[in-house]
Amino acid sequence: MKVQATDWLLLSPELFLTAAGMILLASSVFVGKAKEELFGFLSVLMLGITGVLLVFVSTMPERAHGPILGGMFVVDNFALFFKFLVLLAMVLTVLASVRFVGEAPYPGGEYYALVVFSGVGMFFMASGSNLISIYVALELMALASYVLAGYFKGEIKSTEAALKYFILGAFSSAVLLYGLSLVYGLGGKMGLADLARLYTGTQRTNAIALGILMILAGLLFKIAAVPFHLWTPDVYEGSPTPVTAFFSVGPKVAAYAIFARIFYVAFPKFQADWGLIVALVAAATMIWGNLAALLQTNVKRMFAYSSIAHAGYALLGVLGFQTKFGMWGVLVYLLAYTLMNFGAFALIIFLEAKGYAAESVSDFDGLAKRNMPAAVVMLLFLLSLAGIPPTAGFIGKYYLFTAAMDAGYAWLAIIAVLASAVSLFYYFRIAAAMFFTDGVSAKIPVSYALTAAVIICAVGTLVIGVAPESVLDVLHRCVPSKY
Amino acid sequence: MNTLQQLPILSIIAYIPLAGALIIMFLIPKEKTGAIKAFATAVAALDLAVSLPLWFSFDRAKAGYQFVERIPWIPSLGVDYHFGIDGITLLLILLTTFIGVIAIYSSFSAIAERQKEYYILLLLLQTFMIGTFCCLDFFLFYVFWEIMLVPMYFLIGVWGGQRRLYAAIKFFLYTLAGSVLMLLGIIALYFYNTTGFLGYKGLGHAATFSVPKLTAVAAAMPPELQVWLFFAFFFGFAIKVPMFPFHTWLPDAHTEAPTAGSVILAAVLLKMGTYGFVRFSLPMFPEAVKTPWVIGTMVFLAIVGIVYGAMVTLVQKDMKKLIAYSSVSHLGFVMLGIFALNMAGVQGGVLQMINHGISTGALFLLVGVVYERRHTRMIAEYGGLARQMPIYATYFLIMALSSMGLPLLNGFIGEFSILQGAFAKNFWWALFACTGIVLGAAYLLWLYQRVFFGELSNPANAKLPDLSFREQLTLAPLVVLALWIGLYPKPFFDVLRVPSENIVRSVGGATMTPPAYAGAPGTGIPAAGDLAPAAPVPAVR
Repeated sequence: MKVQATDWLLLSPELFLTAAGMILLASSVFVGKAKEELFGFLSVLMLGITGVLLVFVSTMPERAHGPILGGMFVVDNFALFFKFLVLLAMVLTVLASVRFVGEAPYPGGEYYALVVFSGVGMFFMASGSNLISIYVALELMALASYVLAGYFKGEIKSTEAALKYFILGAFSSAVLLYGLSLVYGLGGKMGLADLARLYTGTQRTNAIALGILMILAGLLFKIAAVPFHLWTPDVYEGSPTPVTAFFSVGPKVAAYAIFARIFYVAFPKFQADWGLIVALVAAATMIWGNLAALLQTNVKRMFAYSSIAHAGYALLGVLGFQTKFGMWGVLVYLLAYTLMNFGAFALIIFLEAKGYAAESVSDFDGLAKRNMPAAVVMLLFLLSLAGIPPTAGFIGKYYLFTAAMDAGYAWLAIIAVLASAVSLFYYFRIAAAMFFTDGVSAKIPVSYALTAAVIICAVGTLVIGVAPESVLDVLHRCVPSKY
Repeated sequence: MNTLQQLPILSIIAYIPLAGALIIMFLIPKEKTGAIKAFATAVAALDLAVSLPLWFSFDRAKAGYQFVERIPWIPSLGVDYHFGIDGITLLLILLTTFIGVIAIYSSFSAIAERQKEYYILLLLLQTFMIGTFCCLDFFLFYVFWEIMLVPMYFLIGVWGGQRRLYAAIKFFLYTLAGSVLMLLGIIALYFYNTTGFLGYKGLGHAATFSVPKLTAVAAAMPPELQVWLFFAFFFGFAIKVPMFPFHTWLPDAHTEAPTAGSVILAAVLLKMGTYGFVRFSLPMFPEAVKTPWVIGTMVFLAIVGIVYGAMVTLVQKDMKKLIAYSSVSHLGFVMLGIFALNMAGVQGGVLQMINHGISTGALFLLVGVVYERRHTRMIAEYGGLARQMPIYATYFLIMALSSMGLPLLNGFIGEFSILQGAFAKNFWWALFACTGIVLGAAYLLWLYQRVFFGELSNPANAKLPDLSFREQLTLAPLVVLALWIGLYPKPFFDVLRVPSENIVRSVGGATMTPPAYAGAPGTGIPAAGDLAPAAPVPAVR
């Protein structure tokens, strides 16, 4: 195994982030509940430094030399894109959590530390180029997430969510691991590039097919695609809302990173085999996600099903990965999705002030009269989620539909656009509640950190929708190159 | 004229209302309702004033688009910010700015709560509508086409009637479902022009969404692909028109919307659908349009719309719903004219779009007048109003006659040209469509008789005040316009001639049968002698 000194420099964001998590964890022993807000600001500071390190890494010429640490990790543009996206999700989560965690009767230091540790896992997932490193990174992310889901340990729903998340997550990880071991056992290789080289000449055997199928199942669990989605509504409903917001973007985005990388790099040859399965899963995910969301009255459950549907749209891009718009579309869409979905959750958190719940759709009643800017911004996120132009959501969906058409999945594109039209119905139940009805006139306390998170999401959603070119150009350079 | 050509005049017209909306949003507090009303009216009036010079400096003899603006918007996709108009869109834009002023001015007393939001939404809607008409880029067109639904959704949902929630979401979902299929059609066109898709070999051109470019590309596509794409676009447009059997959202939306919303819906929004057929479906998919079963289906749906729409109108008990259903019938006429695929039909169809905007818009305003006074729209609640409100009764009569197609008023010109075009194509089409005119006279005259004639039987109506000065000011321009088109339609036909010729030529129809009322080119005199239809056009089939 060849290791060079610059390899560690290339991983400096991850190393710093790990240290930051430990500092947060250790210092929480010394800081009392009253001064917990400090942790929020400390975390934002640490994440900011991580961002600077990421920018520094992106300018390093050594990135071009290929995989580092003996082929364990790769720091290409693709990985950097996902690291920036995960970092964005973490910053937003921390900003959205400050008031929420402050009001909760549990220690805050470990909360932020867990968010950071989970993020470290996601960073490594984005870079992983070896079956082992990918799996270990995934487990690091997952373990921290299980604990976060149960952070409200006194509440039965939160505990239930954590337990469900843990059992089903462990199960899916086991399925994934079994698939990985099959693929390894048959080829004797762990590196994705080695696997790709190994399989270029060989015919598909049933054993390889079984391995790929199990990897696929494990990953579909992680991105919550139908029929592996059943854990999502319960976990999303039971977890503390900032954690739900984090789950809906962070782990999902990271899972897409390894999904895309494994199938793009290692198994493009077998696309004919896994393509049809993924297409059927995408169709089922879009249809069922949207139909089930129609029936929900609990906002968090509704957004759980909505995020299932969105995972289905993004699969269109994975299917079209050989076309110009496929991978590009996935990147555009995941960025748009992170901004708009987190924005919508941030508004739910905003309403969930002490003594006031944002459980059901009717809790949004009359928001336009109480706080017009909040209602308008929420409307922007809803429009974007429904794919109405000129928003980021529309640009993202446009790319995915284009990729599906280009890859020859016209039937899937038709299902996708109709499912997308249906989604408007449940998103606009919230819009109708906000603008068409009168509600209680409770004064909601304003949290500056949360407001900052909302503004970041809103500006991003609007800018990508109105002036997409700048972002599109950058993202085009992040599409992974073939090995 | 030169200075007008140099200015980005279309963008200015499109974004004046947006700027006005932003100013109201950020600078005028919501308590100052008087200032908001005055400012909104001023903005709409300014927009009208800026749009009027287009009518004078528009070159009627020039083929192609005028006042073109084009700058790259999303270069990596080939999307341009591309505006431009021809004679058809010129009329539609003027109609929009004209109706815009009336809609805002007529809302002063009808809208009592949340006024700031209301006027902001009306102005936003106007920007989006003008943008849709100006677009010469499919991507941009789709953006405006979709975003237009949002302000209308809120206009219906906040200020609408009893069932406003249901009507608002139904309106949004129906039109959205149609337009997403159109989006796939646009994507398919894009790929046909570049790299190909689904086994069709692409042309390998540079990526573009330009309407003129893709229209030429689409017209040369294999016929079976044209049929597929024709139907992808069909759902987007047919739901908007609305054609039978996609019309069910219309009575709900129209009836529940506030008066100004109904006026804009009827006058402008419905025209988006028929405009789509004229601008896109016909020139882009000529082989599909000429396919016997396709044109047969279109004409069949149009005639069913005319007759069925009129029959349903006949039995309505609610005045507003009656006017709403009559739109289904009138828009059926427009579709029939367009799919006659000859000069008389297409020009008549486009002119009838304007006519319908004027007469139906005015009728919605008129229903709004008594609704504001009595808060009921049930025909049975009224009767004998002619004694109490003579001026109101006069206006109502003129607009009802215009709507039913009485000579000397605008409706006659449009319907006559449409029937002339339909007759030249197929005798039976014209015959069935004629029954629609008879039924139209029946439902409007019967409505008029029940509301205005007889004794003032309902004591609640005994003290109703007649039209105020402001109300007359909103209605009088519409009457003037109806008379103008009715008496001297030539300027309108002149504007429409060149673009209509291009459209008719693209579908292989004869351009030699101008509508009788268009007048001989160049003489400036209406050629009444042309009333006898010219030699029958050889049937395309």
